[in-house]
Amino acid sequence: MTDPAAAVDRVFRTEFGRAVALLTRVLGDIDLAEDAVQDAYATAVARWPMDGVPDSPRAWIVTVARNRAIDRLRRRRTLEQHSEQLARRAEVEMAPFEDVDDDAIPDERLRLMFTCCHPALAPEAQVALTMRLVAGLTVAEIARALLSNESAVAQRLVRAKRKLRVAGVPFRVPRDEDIPDRLAIVLSVIYLVFNEGYVATGGDGLRRDDVAGEAIRLGRVLMALMPDEPEAIALLALMLLHHSRRRARADAGGEIVLLADQDRSLWDEGLIDEGLDLTERALRLTGAPGSYALQASIAAVHARSLVGDITEWTRIVALYDALLRLAPSPVVDLNRAVAHSMAEGPQAGLDAVQRLVDAGSLADHHLLHATRADLLARLGRADQAAAYYARAIELADNGAERRFLERRLAAVKAGS
Amino acid sequence: MQYMVLIYDDPKVWQEMSEGERNGVMGEYLAYSESLRHAGVYVDGSQLEGTQTATTVRLRDGARLVTDGPFAETREALGGYFLLECESLDEAIDHAGRCPSARLGSIEVRPIVQMPART
Repeated sequence: MTDPAAAVDRVFRTEFGRAVALLTRVLGDIDLAEDAVQDAYATAVARWPMDGVPDSPRAWIVTVARNRAIDRLRRRRTLEQHSEQLARRAEVEMAPFEDVDDDAIPDERLRLMFTCCHPALAPEAQVALTMRLVAGLTVAEIARALLSNESAVAQRLVRAKRKLRVAGVPFRVPRDEDIPDRLAIVLSVIYLVFNEGYVATGGDGLRRDDVAGEAIRLGRVLMALMPDEPEAIALLALMLLHHSRRRARADAGGEIVLLADQDRSLWDEGLIDEGLDLTERALRLTGAPGSYALQASIAAVHARSLVGDITEWTRIVALYDALLRLAPSPVVDLNRAVAHSMAEGPQAGLDAVQRLVDAGSLADHHLLHATRADLLARLGRADQAAAYYARAIELADNGAERRFLERRLAAVKAGS
Repeated sequence: MQYMVLIYDDPKVWQEMSEGERNGVMGEYLAYSESLRHAGVYVDGSQLEGTQTATTVRLRDGARLVTDGPFAETREALGGYFLLECESLDEAIDHAGRCPSARLGSIEVRPIVQMPART
């Protein structure tokens, strides 16, 4: 690579989680492990431009971080006897890796993922910790991704790491019987990160590819670590299928383009093929598809349909029904109502939406009102549609979504 | 590490139980605390008298202020505790989750502050 600074960043982004995880296992201290890997980064920034990138950057990082951790522990020695024992343990248990190949370095990232996503931490803390320690993002990058400020993210990380340490959260993969519940959290954290990138909850632009790309990278790591876990495979498939449409979802001005109106030549076929393969692999591994497998299956039907008209809407409705049986949710119910309207007509969709309204679900969610407005517009009831578009606009947080609804509102007004 | 397992429940739930139900839960508590001893994690534990027997003491400007209560604003009140010696939070959570009141109220698990070892 010609640009050594960029090479340092790229290598550290890939190797950060593994190095932190390995050091945490030996040192029993996530904070110290993170600091040591950060020290190694500073050393690399100073040395790689002159010495060149080492033959095995992974081994170099782990070895340098190990040495820095031992230095840090020795400096603490005056305060605590315990530090000296730890430093010796690190020396004995973690021989320098400089002469070994990459594969000889144990991959402890699964422990790190489960620890960062421990249910004793708040969901915001799980997300920030995973982005920092597993994905190796900087505090500034996390703040940008979560539309927060750096000091708030830094504080959230400090509190979360303190809780892990003080409350005695173990650094390990859960027992088999706890895996389903605990894995569900890990998957939801990765998908939360992805969705932050897919539709920013606030802000102006529709998507931030970098964040979605990081979530996909985490999904790939998880799948590599749990290769037989159908839901881990399905989550990656789902993200890839969504991501494949990233160039078609917004026009040149950053404005939303609906699925039916998207230019399908802009869909990324490589990602679609991979997403479809992974969806099938996930389904083959289990007789009882989980919620990500069902969502990936829905995305797969969309990806396979070359024209909006021939989408297999009845199949999509059936998949939504299965999803609702597994995990009832008003948002899924609303999506099912849309698919139902495509299969059975707008009045059928409107009746389904009315059942949600009667149940008091999603009353303050812009998508409920926008969906109602769309269905009313399809039925030619423009005045009612306009009223619901106006309500949806009031409730939408994302600038691109708001502008999209404003265009729809203008269209129904012009048509009436 | 030591963990304080604080048991919060709604006294009304207990009051509204029939004699038989109450005896059933008491039996579960006996078996539960026996299982904690058997697992080697039990350090201490007690049930507390109700909040109507509580007295609050404060020192303000050198004067001792003694008042009746507090009577919790929330319906759940601290009703008892166990002090456990566990390897990790996960182990403490496992034991807390088997407490009969996990089903009736809620259980708070708090680590005991570890004093740094003197050198």
